[in-house]
Amino acid sequence: MLTVEGLRSRYGRIEVLHGIDFTVNSGEIVSIVGANGAGKTTLLRCLSGVQPITHGDITFRGEVLTAVPAHRRIRLGLAQSPEGRQIFTKLSVEENLRLGAFLYSDERVDKDLADAFAMFPVLKEKRNLSAGGLSGGQQQMLAIARALMGRPSCLLLDEPSMGLAPILVAQIFDVVKGLKALDVTVLLVEQNAFGALSISDRGYVMETGRIVMTGTGGELIADPRIREAYLGV
Amino acid sequence: MPELMQFLLSGATVGAVYALVALGFTIIYNASDIVNFAQGEFVMLGGMITVFAHMAGLPLPLAALLAIVVTAAIGVALNKLAIEPARGAPVVSLIIITIGASIFIRGAAQLVFDKQLHRFPAFSGDDPIAVLGATILPQSLWVIAGALAVFIGLWLFFTKTLTGLAVLATSNNRLAAQLVGINTSWVMTLSFALSAGIGALAGVLVTPITLTRYDVGIALALKGFAAAMLGGMGSPHGALVGGILLGLLEALTAGYISSQYKDAAAFIVILAVLFAMPQGIFGAKRTERV
Repeated sequence: MLTVEGLRSRYGRIEVLHGIDFTVNSGEIVSIVGANGAGKTTLLRCLSGVQPITHGDITFRGEVLTAVPAHRRIRLGLAQSPEGRQIFTKLSVEENLRLGAFLYSDERVDKDLADAFAMFPVLKEKRNLSAGGLSGGQQQMLAIARALMGRPSCLLLDEPSMGLAPILVAQIFDVVKGLKALDVTVLLVEQNAFGALSISDRGYVMETGRIVMTGTGGELIADPRIREAYLGV
Repeated sequence: MPELMQFLLSGATVGAVYALVALGFTIIYNASDIVNFAQGEFVMLGGMITVFAHMAGLPLPLAALLAIVVTAAIGVALNKLAIEPARGAPVVSLIIITIGASIFIRGAAQLVFDKQLHRFPAFSGDDPIAVLGATILPQSLWVIAGALAVFIGLWLFFTKTLTGLAVLATSNNRLAAQLVGINTSWVMTLSFALSAGIGALAGVLVTPITLTRYDVGIALALKGFAAAMLGGMGSPHGALVGGILLGLLEALTAGYISSQYKDAAAFIVILAVLFAMPQGIFGAKRTERV
């Protein structure tokens, strides 16, 4: 579904991605784990088109994305819930969700909105409140729900567990796992390697702008090097 | 008593003009947090282009339409040529760019047109209408109706349409706006076109009363800015109420104290608002969790 080959990107003169290759197959949950500063967020920004790439190709459902501007990629089915949630803090919860479906004006928008509220009842309770007043966990749910309103076939999730209490982290990972049932393919980027790998079909380990290891979720969790470097055991 | 009525009527007229300028500020501010100080020049262009197109033989309605369209195009050009290339710069730099643009447009207008005062005939004649012992010009009614119409249009745009919501979203979080599929550079273009068009409309409506010249924009921009601050920057309600209040305040100051202090009213209002309630009457109170 999503293929990345030889991807390089830089901030000014400093290259932060030195040739990334990976694939995500339809229906999978794939994690990219790695420490802070490994380039994970930059990679997702490249996929969504808000960060220029200097080399390499991104192919999504048979279409090369290089020349497709950011605001058109969601129309192709590629949505992102970005790092730091990036919700519209001055707008209401419902307005955030309706903007997630900005591209659509059919009756399915209302149905999707009802589905989102069923998935996250707390958002329904607060639908008319300003999104800036939500707690961190609620904001994260809103960010995921907003991305789902864009009807993605592939969802890019950047650090959904960041800054959340453990019980909320478990809840968010449950939600991500549940996306499989909705036929949404997931590319999950996480520092919380254990949580991410344990719900993933496959994983990649990223270090300073390179992919250094790959395997199934279970294999990576069992790998002694990963256990030492990322799982703290 | 007729005296007071007269002050209120002329205050409402002037206030409607300030409200129109403030409404113009609202759109660009909502899309980008930029206060566009060239807004007054859009008003001037609306009047001047109508004057010269009318002199060249176009019927008045057509000349006015031409003025609005051309001014909107100039607004788009301002965005494309001066604001977009500086994207990523702090808002203060962008505001300073708009001040530069206002000086440039004023200079260009002086060359393209001339330095004389101009007017064109009022839409519905110049016979004053008597109201409760005072009088009002028919053109004043046009100005007030214009301000109300633009207010209602904008209010509907921002609260009832997805495009209006997209404008608000773009200023709130540009990255997130792009990620949900909003073409943010198109939103900016649209905002500048709308703002400039509204400014030009104000110029068309008010020129038969106040006359126009290449340099009338600067005072209008400052008064409109004071009105927008008073009402709350970014809120269409605020722009309307702030504009009318400021106009009334000016008219009453001129009538009961001295017309020499008329202009001071606006600036005392800015100071008072900044000290006492920086968010204005209808401005959003900011409560955000990070």
